[in-house]
Amino acid sequence: MEQTIFYIFSTVLVLSAGAVVTVRNPVFAALFLVLAFFTSAAIWILLEAEFLALTLVLVYVGAVMVLFLFVVMMLDINLTVLREGFARYLPVGLLVAVIMVAQLVYIVGPARFGLDKFPAPPPRDADYSNTREIGLVLYTEYLFAFELAAVILVVAIIAAIALTLRKRVKTNFMKPEEQVLVKSKDRVRLVKMATEKQDD
Amino acid sequence: MISMSHFLILGAILFCISVAGIFLNRKNVIILLMAVELMLLAVNMNFVAFSHFLGDIAGQVFVFFILTVAAAEAAIGLAILVVLFRNRRSINVDDINSLNG
Repeated sequence: MEQTIFYIFSTVLVLSAGAVVTVRNPVFAALFLVLAFFTSAAIWILLEAEFLALTLVLVYVGAVMVLFLFVVMMLDINLTVLREGFARYLPVGLLVAVIMVAQLVYIVGPARFGLDKFPAPPPRDADYSNTREIGLVLYTEYLFAFELAAVILVVAIIAAIALTLRKRVKTNFMKPEEQVLVKSKDRVRLVKMATEKQDD
Repeated sequence: MISMSHFLILGAILFCISVAGIFLNRKNVIILLMAVELMLLAVNMNFVAFSHFLGDIAGQVFVFFILTVAAAEAAIGLAILVVLFRNRRSINVDDINSLNG
């Protein structure tokens, strides 16, 4: 049963990952990436990593991929130019990928990481909380790294806003703080002039 | 039963698909960023598998940090992409040559 679930989800995962890098339209690529994240979240639940699976769905599908979709739809890109060279690099890309898969499968295959070398751990009790376990080490052993991660996120927010902030030149926007500070003598100048006789 | 090598092979296949994706879509920066995200997913898969089979929670903590850094990287990368498109009207990698490196 578990094995069937694993094979179904990993087939979906591999197919959607393949679609991400081969489909023509970047919008479809982003949507296939969403599918890939969803299925790998399911596989992580199979590995009893419930907290990370839900984090993956919330953070990746909910935030990062929405950001990707926003950007893809905002940019008006010429697809034909971007696709050129795809057929030319297909053979060498496939060759490298197949050789790498063969090498990695040879290394991490059942001969070295099979069930006899690493037996499956017994299933956890029903009241086992993965989130609690992660929290127990995250806020004690990894506290400094955790705070550093928070700093990285703040830096990313500020950097993303600062990069995309654009100063508009031609607007009629007035700055209230400058308006408040204005003195009457900055605006009005009283000039003494000699009176002239008006002839009519 | 599913052994650890099942998960490791799945991660390896994902990683190689994204390497091939970088080869194939070398003009399109958006797809390149997506391929990098897929690579990080493959690595996270390995971390979670080792954490489960070795009974060590530290692997999952590492995945948590990788997710954080990847989210920050995606946000900054997409911001750079938007600025690039605003200045160049294109996201073709071949057009990004003003430094002549």
